[in-house]
Amino acid sequence: MTRSTAGRYQLTQLQALEAEAIFIIREVVAELERPVLLFSGGKDSIVMLRLAEKAFAPAPVPFPVLHVDTGHNFAEVLELRDRRAAELGVQLVVASVPDALERGLVTEPPDGTRNRIQTPVLLDALERGGYTAVFGGARRDEDKARAKERIFSFRDDFGQWDPKNQRPEVWGLYNGRIHPGESIRVFPLSNWTELDIWSYIQAEGIELPSIYYAHEREVFDRGGMLYAVHEVCRPREGEEVFTARVRYRTVGDASLTAAVRSEADTVEKIVEEVATTRITERGATRGDDKFSEAAMEDRKREGYF
Amino acid sequence: MSTTPTTTAAMERTADLLRFATAGSVDDGKSTLIGRLLYDTKTVFEDQIASVEKASRDRGDEYVNLALLTDGLRAEREQGITIDVAYRYFATPRRKFIIADTPGHTQYTRNMVTGASTADLALVLVDARKGLVEQSRRHAFLATLLQVPHLVLAVNKMDLVDFSQDVFEEIRRDFTDFAAKLDVPDLTVVPVSALAGDNVVTRSERTPWYDGPSLLHHLENVHVASDRNLVDARFAVQYVIRPQSGTHRDYRGYAGQMSGGVLKPGDEVMVLPSGFTTRIAAIETADGPVDEAFPPMSVTIRLEDELDVSRGDMICRPHNAPTPTQDVDAMVCWMDESSALAPGRKYAIKHTTRTARAVVKELQYRLDVNTLHRDESGGQLGLNEIGRVRLRTTTPLLADEYRRNRTTGGFVLVDEGTNKTVAAGMVTSTG
Repeated sequence: MTRSTAGRYQLTQLQALEAEAIFIIREVVAELERPVLLFSGGKDSIVMLRLAEKAFAPAPVPFPVLHVDTGHNFAEVLELRDRRAAELGVQLVVASVPDALERGLVTEPPDGTRNRIQTPVLLDALERGGYTAVFGGARRDEDKARAKERIFSFRDDFGQWDPKNQRPEVWGLYNGRIHPGESIRVFPLSNWTELDIWSYIQAEGIELPSIYYAHEREVFDRGGMLYAVHEVCRPREGEEVFTARVRYRTVGDASLTAAVRSEADTVEKIVEEVATTRITERGATRGDDKFSEAAMEDRKREGYF
Repeated sequence: MSTTPTTTAAMERTADLLRFATAGSVDDGKSTLIGRLLYDTKTVFEDQIASVEKASRDRGDEYVNLALLTDGLRAEREQGITIDVAYRYFATPRRKFIIADTPGHTQYTRNMVTGASTADLALVLVDARKGLVEQSRRHAFLATLLQVPHLVLAVNKMDLVDFSQDVFEEIRRDFTDFAAKLDVPDLTVVPVSALAGDNVVTRSERTPWYDGPSLLHHLENVHVASDRNLVDARFAVQYVIRPQSGTHRDYRGYAGQMSGGVLKPGDEVMVLPSGFTTRIAAIETADGPVDEAFPPMSVTIRLEDELDVSRGDMICRPHNAPTPTQDVDAMVCWMDESSALAPGRKYAIKHTTRTARAVVKELQYRLDVNTLHRDESGGQLGLNEIGRVRLRTTTPLLADEYRRNRTTGGFVLVDEGTNKTVAAGMVTSTG
């Protein structure tokens, strides 16, 4: 970011958030043995990777990146995932849900959505890699369970989060001490909001998968949400397919992630749109969090991010 | 970054950051007040409002219960308690706000200490009908113990006392008298009704006798830039960057975050604990070199001479440096429910980027946070208790007094068996 500060010896809030995130990332690398960064090619993980790059420059990013691949992806996202990893020279580890299905580690849920079965695949990949610290791009503004989670989130040897057993986090003193088998999930973007992410993407000129920007797409309406016609997401009987100008606010499993109507085809327009938008990111686009009030809390307890 | 603030979004990017901690008892309307701030600054989204409206109807509330916006985890709803600090966010064109929303009752001290440790401002709520209660005093005391530079007392539920100036003035007097015993640098008292919105975002016509700012106006304008210590240069080395390849074969940079003062290229500096002096060759970021570094910038410092510098060392100035010491006097808040602090016990101590081991030499007194009475009968320090201790560390700490610098004066104790963070400490004197 350029150094137009808020005043003499003052950082803008975005610069302060960047400084905090870089401090956290460095702290993990200094104190924990085998960090890995969860990297899907989605906007939050791309911002995370940029921050990791900045934290260690001019040295390379000193840890690999890991993608839990449901097999239900948007091609544009995978393309950028692979390209960014190659540009930075970081090792990309792919934990494949289709492989895990084949190995019998998980079984396909009857509704065909793979969000829930991501968790065992993630935990398996973490165990195989021996990763003790896992960076995620989660933000506290996303969900009320996340609002109470620490930046260094302690997980037991089943990867589970226990909201009643969290370590107090005072000043910038993070406690990453663990016993064998335990791990720490680390969320350097905890204090960022969706608008901060987009403002940062704009300020840094960060490239994102094209589906974040408004484009024409064949969609259908299901429960008030617009889903793209995709090999894993077909209209059911009575669901009419039409072309709409849409963009994605989040990029997850293609069978679960909905698009929103939008004319915002540049980062500037998206920053404006996000600044004035009236629906939360997850409420607008994530079928998986709609099932219950406490959907995220339950998934975190099971070891999900 | 854009410097032409033509739109709300663009302005938000040049806005600065204010972190504040809220505290209050169960029924004084803290959740409603936070809900009101989020709602009136349009931080709340339609789907969240819809969900709160539905929940309010289900509960039979006559109005949209804004307190439900800050409703917590299912585990909390089931047990009817608030487990932990929740972080919430809102922004206005002037500032972004991070709220550390700390529950008033269970685990109050631990949570309040956690929330207040990084706060620029503490917001304490009282119910106008009840006036100051034990908890209001306790919250104010903890805010000052943690050296939160600004304190706001929101006298809530003014609508229930007919917006009486007399009621407000009496509470203000009580609180000011109490605050005189504490070290409160900056106190503001605001009469509000969180439920009805009076004096929360805009000045209320129902309090014509009040000539101060609305709560939000105060939060937006309170001057926090000068709260940081810009005099004593402090830079704890976090990580040594050594690419050892290509064009950067001989590069050696010390990465860290500024925790005090201002450093510039060319400055003469001293590295502790070795005490060697050299000059700053460059201060770098991934975006290029900078002319100066100040808190809370994360930068990489390169030195002119090749010295043996590693994580936990501190870069400061030759004539303004902490005295390395193994004897530390500190106020400690005990945060663990399954153990207690007692003389002779050993812990890991994390201070800046340095970790050592510490033994408790002495528990000088326990402080009653309600009466401020010092209990010198010894014994131990249990959950949520605060006391003054003397520690002896295995390696010297490079600490300042907490009142001079909250970053270089704060530490945590970690139980080496359970790995839990068991205490937060504030250095009162070194050596």
